[in-house]
Amino acid sequence: MLEIKDLVATVEDKTILDGISLTVNPGEVHAIMGPNGSGKSTLANVLAGREPYAVAGGSVRYQGQDLLALAPEERARAGIFMAFQYPVEIPGVSNMQFLKAAVDAVRAHRGLDELDAPGFMKLAREECKKLKLKPEFLKRGVNEGFSGGEKKRNEILQMALLEPSLALLDETDSGLDIDALQVAAEGVNALRNAQRSFIVVTHYQRLLNYIVPDFVHVLAAGKIVKSGGRELALELEEKGYSWIE
Amino acid sequence: MSDDINALIRREYAAGFVTNIEAETLPPGLSEEVIAVISAKKREPEWMLEWRLEAYRKWREMQVPQWAHVKHPPVDFEAISYYSSPKSKDDAPKSLDEVDPEILDTFEKLGIPLHERAKLAGVAVDAVFDSVSIGTTFKEDLAKAGVIFCSISEAIRDYPELVKKYLGSVVPQNDNFYAALNSAVFSDGSFVYIPKNTRCPMELSTYFRINELNTGQFERTLIIADEGSQVSYLEGCTAPMRDENQLHAAVVELVALGNADIKYSTVQNWYPGDEDGKGGIYNFVTKRGVCDGPNAKISWTQVETGSAITWKYPSVVLRGDNSIGEFYSVALTNGYQQADTGTKMIHLGRNTKSTIISKGISAGHSSNAYRGLVRISPRAQGARNYTQCDSLLIGERCGAHTFPYIENKNPDAILEHEATTSKVSDDQLFLCRQRGIDEEKAVSMIVNGFCKEVFKELPMEFAVEAGKLLEVSLEGAVG
Ligand SMILES: Nc1ncnc2c1ncn2[C@@H]1O[C@H](COP(=O)(O)OP(=O)(O)OP(=O)(O)O)[C@@H](O)[C@H]1O
Ligand SMILES: [Mg+2]
Repeated sequence: MLEIKDLVATVEDKTILDGISLTVNPGEVHAIMGPNGSGKSTLANVLAGREPYAVAGGSVRYQGQDLLALAPEERARAGIFMAFQYPVEIPGVSNMQFLKAAVDAVRAHRGLDELDAPGFMKLAREECKKLKLKPEFLKRGVNEGFSGGEKKRNEILQMALLEPSLALLDETDSGLDIDALQVAAEGVNALRNAQRSFIVVTHYQRLLNYIVPDFVHVLAAGKIVKSGGRELALELEEKGYSWIE
Repeated sequence: MSDDINALIRREYAAGFVTNIEAETLPPGLSEEVIAVISAKKREPEWMLEWRLEAYRKWREMQVPQWAHVKHPPVDFEAISYYSSPKSKDDAPKSLDEVDPEILDTFEKLGIPLHERAKLAGVAVDAVFDSVSIGTTFKEDLAKAGVIFCSISEAIRDYPELVKKYLGSVVPQNDNFYAALNSAVFSDGSFVYIPKNTRCPMELSTYFRINELNTGQFERTLIIADEGSQVSYLEGCTAPMRDENQLHAAVVELVALGNADIKYSTVQNWYPGDEDGKGGIYNFVTKRGVCDGPNAKISWTQVETGSAITWKYPSVVLRGDNSIGEFYSVALTNGYQQADTGTKMIHLGRNTKSTIISKGISAGHSSNAYRGLVRISPRAQGARNYTQCDSLLIGERCGAHTFPYIENKNPDAILEHEATTSKVSDDQLFLCRQRGIDEEKAVSMIVNGFCKEVFKELPMEFAVEAGKLLEVSLEGAVG
């Protein structure tokens, strides 16, 4: 699925990712933890192709192709989805219109027809319901005036509709209340299957009670300093990051 | 902003073709003789010629206005030809059958079929090619409702009383330099009269096309909605791509009597000039309406994407008590375009209300200014105005400016003003691209979202067209 080798990434000549290697197989869930500023979001952004992050070394292969050679929209169409740590607003563009444009673009790439408007609306409403979002939500501008928790659930809604192969969830749990956390986690779990993989960035081991990972990695100063199973997260919670160094 | 976006700001102008027809064009330059020739060609009555000459004499005393936030080399008014008409057998064509097929093709290519078979459903069209109206559709259907819709030249001959009474009543001859010039040399345009208590049975539309080189277009539109009547009017404009700048100086006058309602929508797509700012139309237009009776309403909606320079302030004089003026505007500038546009709301009557929603979008090296005046007279007890000016910037090299003027002489008036400036941010674009949407589509979606409040004021068919037009105008704004 995904093979990251010795990845080095910089911003304005400052090294942020300092040689990361990580292999994600189909169906696996990898959790990434680590202190603030260690490079977790940067890793997700580099995989999604965001500027101004520059790749200064290493390689990333995704489903047999050179991921780094693809434009962000091509990566998205190839099945990479990123749930943003800080989702932005697009005033005046309705959530529905935005979602449909996204789904149509991804479907077109897969050789599928555009969904007709009523069919899509039905689908979107069903997904909304699962995430306990009111249907009015679809009519509002993208993230426009959404509460922090609504923005995060909106990311999950987008993921559910786009059905990615590899989802990068950047602190999707931050800012969610206890119930919303459970709803969002259910949304993720509903998508889990033998082909689909997840990289879940989080600060809280609590999320991992709901989304149970196959692996946990600790990122510090741009390097993976420790990897382990589910129990590593519990250990971190108890002892903090200083214990690793 | 990334270089990609700057690369996106290259455009293709789909209406830029030239029609090869034989034209009869007056030699450049302006004099009383030239005006007499124009008037004679149009077989105008004596009073009309006198009116033109009066305007011409006023114009000669006037100076080119310098206050707008635009820059251009001075226009040489002696280098312009003031009249051009497609050469046809006998002056103006009697019916559409007599119109040169090349011209019909031109309008067809622009999406405005004029012949019987393909007429636009539910929209009556007056087509003006260079200086001459070449035909009006659905005339008979409209006549049944008592609605007069014809070229202004015909109206001068056939309805002299109405024309004498209202021409220049809203925009006086000496209102401004370009209005005076227009009054002297106006060639054609549309005339509309809606009788009392009549709802116009269909949308009325005029489509303007400049074709000839070095020809100015000076059309004159006069719309009169008698008491209790209602009309929706659309105006569209295009021109071929030419390296030279061409002058367009129109005057539009609207008269809404008591309880009448006029909705005037414009989609202006004159040739904006090329990537380097060469060529394009100078669009210096005076548009004004008067609510001349209680409860009258005038609503201007404009989508301005074309022209090298736009200088235009559709305004409403709110004379009748409880009358309403509205101005909804989207002005998009790209390349080296310059726009200085806005509105004037003049509150004279009691409880008069006005709404101004202006959306300026600037891309490329362009400059986009909103200029608005809200004036409340001492008599205008209970007057209200709401103004909202939003600017959206795409890229780093464009500019947006806002010049709101308020003159309030009535302490009871309620005035609200909101202004915002935002950018199409890299983060918004990345969100779209991360969801699989390409950059060009993303920009157009974001811009359309920004304009939503104005687009919803447009008649349905126009709203779709306006959205597409923005998309084309932004072509090349992301690469
Ligand atoms: N666009 C940018 N420009 C400059 N510096 C950046 C940029 N993006 C990230 N950085 C820097 O890179 C480092 C890693 O940031 P990153 O956002 O990846 O951390 P993180 O592990 O996600 O932190 P958090 O847990 O707070 O979300 C930080 O020092 C940050 O300031
Ligand atoms: Mg982060």
